[in-house]
Amino acid sequence: MDRLVFLLATGVARGAVFALFALSLVIVWRAARVVNFAQGAMAVVAVFVAFGVTAATGSYWLGLGSALLTGAVLGVVVERGVMNHVPAGNPLPGMIVAIGLVMVLQSGLGMLFGPQHRPMAAPFDERPFQVGGVPVLSPYDVFVLVVAVVVMGVLALLFTRTSLGLQLRASAFAPEVSRLLGVRVPRMLTIGWVLSSAVAALAALLLVPTELGLNAHSADMLFVHAFTVAVVGGLDSPVGALLGGLVVGVLMTLVTGYLGATVAPVAVLVLLATVLLVRPAGIFAAIEARQA
Amino acid sequence: MTALLTIESLAVGYGGAPVIASLDLAVEEGTVVALLGANGAGKTTLLRTVSGLITPRGGRILLDGDDLAGVAVEDRARCGLAQVPEGRSVVAELTVEENLQLGALWRHRRRAERRVAVDEMYELFEPLARRRSSAGHQLSGGERQMLALARALVAEPRVLLLDEPSLGLAPRVVAQLLAVIRGTVDRTGLTVLLAEQNVTSALSVADRGVVLGLGEVVADAPAAELAADPALRHAYLGF
Repeated sequence: MDRLVFLLATGVARGAVFALFALSLVIVWRAARVVNFAQGAMAVVAVFVAFGVTAATGSYWLGLGSALLTGAVLGVVVERGVMNHVPAGNPLPGMIVAIGLVMVLQSGLGMLFGPQHRPMAAPFDERPFQVGGVPVLSPYDVFVLVVAVVVMGVLALLFTRTSLGLQLRASAFAPEVSRLLGVRVPRMLTIGWVLSSAVAALAALLLVPTELGLNAHSADMLFVHAFTVAVVGGLDSPVGALLGGLVVGVLMTLVTGYLGATVAPVAVLVLLATVLLVRPAGIFAAIEARQA
Repeated sequence: MTALLTIESLAVGYGGAPVIASLDLAVEEGTVVALLGANGAGKTTLLRTVSGLITPRGGRILLDGDDLAGVAVEDRARCGLAQVPEGRSVVAELTVEENLQLGALWRHRRRAERRVAVDEMYELFEPLARRRSSAGHQLSGGERQMLALARALVAEPRVLLLDEPSLGLAPRVVAQLLAVIRGTVDRTGLTVLLAEQNVTSALSVADRGVVLGLGEVVADAPAAELAADPALRHAYLGF
C-alpha cells in the first residue's frame, strides 16, 4: 500500500511534466497543423543554454529564464526560417522536415557537447517527504507540480480570456475567415510556435534533473511519452493533454514500480496502440464540429 | 456620386483557364449593387479577388482611389473591406459572442468600446442575443448567416462584399437579412456588393444590378429597371 501511494504520487508529478510537454504539442498542432517531432530536440537546446547560464551565474532561476527565452526564440526561428517554407495543406511534409530538424539539432549538440550525460542539479531537494512513514512527493516534485499547474492555468486564461487567445484560436480553426476579419494569421502562427516551444523547453528543464542527466537525447523519451499523451487526449484538446499526462505518468510509474523499468515503454506503446485502434482522434477530441 | 470601389480591366484565372477576362465595375458609395449571373459566371471569384484571397492576373482594384495591389487580406479588412463568404462562415468552434468579438477586434481596440459595438449587433439581430453562448456549430442556417453578417458589420466596414447570403435559407429569413442590410446602408452610408442567384430578392434591395456572364459584365442597369424589363430579365437572368 505504501508503495502504491508513493508510486501514485510520483506518477502524478511525472505526469504533470508529460502533460506540459503534450500541451506544447497541442498548441503547435492547433496553430500550425504540424506534429512537431522536433519539439524534444528544440527543448534540449534550450536546456543546454539553461545549463550553461546556471553554470556561469550559479542561479537556477536565470537558467530557467534563459531556457524559456531560448525556447521562444527557437520557436520563431523554426517557424519563420524552416516551417514557413514547407508546403501547407498536407501534414506530411511538415512532419518530415521536423524529423530532419531533430537530426540536425541532435547531431549539432552531439558535436558540441559530446555523448556524456551531464548531471543537472534540481533547485529543491529530491528526497521525498515522509507522511506517516510513507514516502510521498519530494520538494522538487511539488515545485514541478506547482509550475505545471500555474503554466497551464496561465495558458488557459490566455486562450480563453484574452483577445490574443481569441485570435490564436480563430486562426487555428478558420485561418481564411480570420484573415477576412483582419486577424494577422501569420503572426498568430508565429506566436503559437513561440508559446509551444517555450512550454516544451520548460517541461524538458523540469524533467532533466530527475533523469540521468543532460545530453542531446535527454528529451527523446519525454517526446515519446508526451506524444502518446497528446494522442490519448486528442491532439486538439488541451484538457485531454492534461488528463492524458496524468494517465500516462501514473501508468509509467506503476508499471516501472511493479513490473520493472524495461516494461514501462512497452506499456506506453500498448496504450498508444489501443487508443489509436479504439478512438483514433483521441479520448477527449472534440466532436466533429465543422461542416463543409 | 463618386465610386468608392473601382475595378479596372480585372483579369483572374485558375491555372490555365481565365474566369474573368477583363472586367470593369464602379460601385458608388452608399449604394447596394447586386451582382447577378448563373453559377460559374465569376461572382464568387470577383468577390474573393476584391478581398485579396485570389491574386488577379491583371487589372486594378481601387478602394477610395487607393490601389489594393499587394495589400494583404487582413490589411484590406482593416481598410474597411469586409467579406462574408458563401456558406455561413462562422467559426464553428467559437461561440456567437466570440465570433462577434473577433469581428470587432481590430476596429474597437478597447474592451468597453467592443462591448458597445457587439451589443448593438445583438439589438440589430435579436435571435443572436439569445444564443450568445452557443457554439457556431449549434446554430441554425439562418442564425449562422445572421452571425456572419453581424460579425462583418460590427467592424463598421466601408464596403461589404456579400456572397450568396440567401443560399439555403427560408424566404422569410432572407427578407429579414436583406432588410437589415438595406437599413444599414440607408443609415450609415455603407456600400454593398451583393452576389446573388436569388435575383428577385437581390434586386428588391439593390440600387443597381450588374449581370455577369462568363466573367464579363453583360448588363448594368438600375435595379428597378432590370427587375421591370422582361426582355432584359429573360436575356440575362433566364426568367
